[in-house]
Amino acid sequence: MLDGINVALVDWSRAQFALTAMYHWIFVPLTLGLGILVAIMETLYVKTGNPEWKRITRFWMTLFGINFAIGVATGIILEFEFGTNWSNYSWFVGDIFGAPLAIEGILAFFMESTFIAIMFFGWNKVSKSFHLTATWLTAIGANLSALWILVANAWMQKPVGMVFNPDTARMEMTSFWEVLFSPMAVHKFLHTTSSSFVLAAIFVIGISSWYILKGRDIVFARKSIVLGAVFGFIAIIYTIFTGDSSARDVAHYQPMKFAAFEGLYNGSEGAGLVALGLISQNTADPTNENLKDFTVKIEIPNILSYMAFLNWNAFVPGINDLIKGNEKYGVLAAADKIIRGKIAIEKLKAFKEAKKSGQIARADSLKTEIMSPEFQKNYFSYFGYGYIADVNTLIPSVAFAFYSFHIMVVLGMYFIFFFLMALFYTIKGKIHKKKTFLRIAIWTIPLAYLASQAGWVLTEVGRQPWVIQDLMPTMAAVTKISVGAVQVTFWLFAIIFTTLLIAELKIMMRQIKIGPKTEGGAK
Amino acid sequence: MNVFKRTFRFYLDGFANLPHWGKQVWLVILIKLFILFVVLKIFFFPDFLKTNFKNDAERSNHVLENLTNIN
Repeated sequence: MLDGINVALVDWSRAQFALTAMYHWIFVPLTLGLGILVAIMETLYVKTGNPEWKRITRFWMTLFGINFAIGVATGIILEFEFGTNWSNYSWFVGDIFGAPLAIEGILAFFMESTFIAIMFFGWNKVSKSFHLTATWLTAIGANLSALWILVANAWMQKPVGMVFNPDTARMEMTSFWEVLFSPMAVHKFLHTTSSSFVLAAIFVIGISSWYILKGRDIVFARKSIVLGAVFGFIAIIYTIFTGDSSARDVAHYQPMKFAAFEGLYNGSEGAGLVALGLISQNTADPTNENLKDFTVKIEIPNILSYMAFLNWNAFVPGINDLIKGNEKYGVLAAADKIIRGKIAIEKLKAFKEAKKSGQIARADSLKTEIMSPEFQKNYFSYFGYGYIADVNTLIPSVAFAFYSFHIMVVLGMYFIFFFLMALFYTIKGKIHKKKTFLRIAIWTIPLAYLASQAGWVLTEVGRQPWVIQDLMPTMAAVTKISVGAVQVTFWLFAIIFTTLLIAELKIMMRQIKIGPKTEGGAK
Repeated sequence: MNVFKRTFRFYLDGFANLPHWGKQVWLVILIKLFILFVVLKIFFFPDFLKTNFKNDAERSNHVLENLTNIN
């Protein structure tokens, strides 16, 4: 355990970051997905010359604009928190985190803010094709901004392309391309953006359904539903494929998270996937209170092995294997990793003391040793384990991970049927008669947000105790400041973000009630 | 009219003819940016390492001390 760091400080710092990140993520996915949908709508207008598509484009563009404006800069708060609450972390990661965030800032500022002005101010002032180009560039720019944030996040899940320099106490990037194209980053980007497209498609269908229920703007609503359903169906299928690739990344690089989200306590060959389950209060293992039994579960044999390693009979390590080790399958025990981590910390401490006492030759020799590929691979890659006092703290909350994963997957499956039904009813011309479906469509909007948030809860809670996988536990990342200061800012953020959300909902609801306008502003 | 004047006029016209919702969101944006950069950043979120240490060498030493100070 680190001196001066208490559990309350770590927990409040985490709660503060979770609150701001989750609120930020309310705005982002709609911007990513609706931007692309609006660009497709405008493309249809330019291709067909049908003024109804222009009316459709302008209405959804207005909702896009409101969401974009309310959400803009909410992510900046996360960067404030890095500097104030997570100073050890932000120093330790150095340019690895700084470079993608800087690129994101430049892209967001120049690309989005330039072209979004043409999008909103340029109707009838620039040519149709130039306006369409600006709309596409705004949408692509928003998604490219997300890429850099997701690259930085992926690096925290699977650190690559860097070496630790003890002189600066920072990670130094050795390969930008390795960081950018790590499988974790690529799959995370594709999964996150495609799931945002799903959310936006549901948003469009849900609001259009409201118009049909009210018996107004029927042609507008039907066209919007058809487009939303086709776009959403393609996006959800792609989201499932990219989710599958992401799950394989987790199985390879974050096996504890993988075991936790499946509630797999003891590993096995041909491991089954728990499709549905309820976790009880009773412990499954008397030696470990983190491992709760299942009250009920539906398990499909061999699927988990295939999902993890594309082999029906592959061995999938369980939580116990990862804690106690499993020699047969080459799984290193947590205790062994802790020993290696402690060796790495001791070596760093020796370097620090040599430097402080002016023993330059010894400090140089220790630095060379620490930076050697062999030491980095065998010891430094377990650096974070050196802070772990109790091996059971290496287990994330199984219930959190299990439920967030299953909520996301079950809702993902539901969305497939939802899009197919929306398309079927609209094409058959029956959508206006299906009142129950139309009401369900409206209530599917919050479910899309729930699925999106659940995905991030799984990603972030599932990787605990790590802030950087295997290298830095959360407790080593926080700044030693007073718990009271963190509590104050937590509640400040809660008030600010809730106010922003209410403002967005009020402005958006008003525009939805006004509805799409014809050219010149008339209804 | 040169390109800078045209761009300026483009933005000016755009802002002058903002719809009602546009005015509302701009108001929200300005209030939000004020709260974020003037209130929160200055009073609640100073950069810990930049505020407390003079240069990168001191910052490195501080983080190194933190990372190796375990019991």
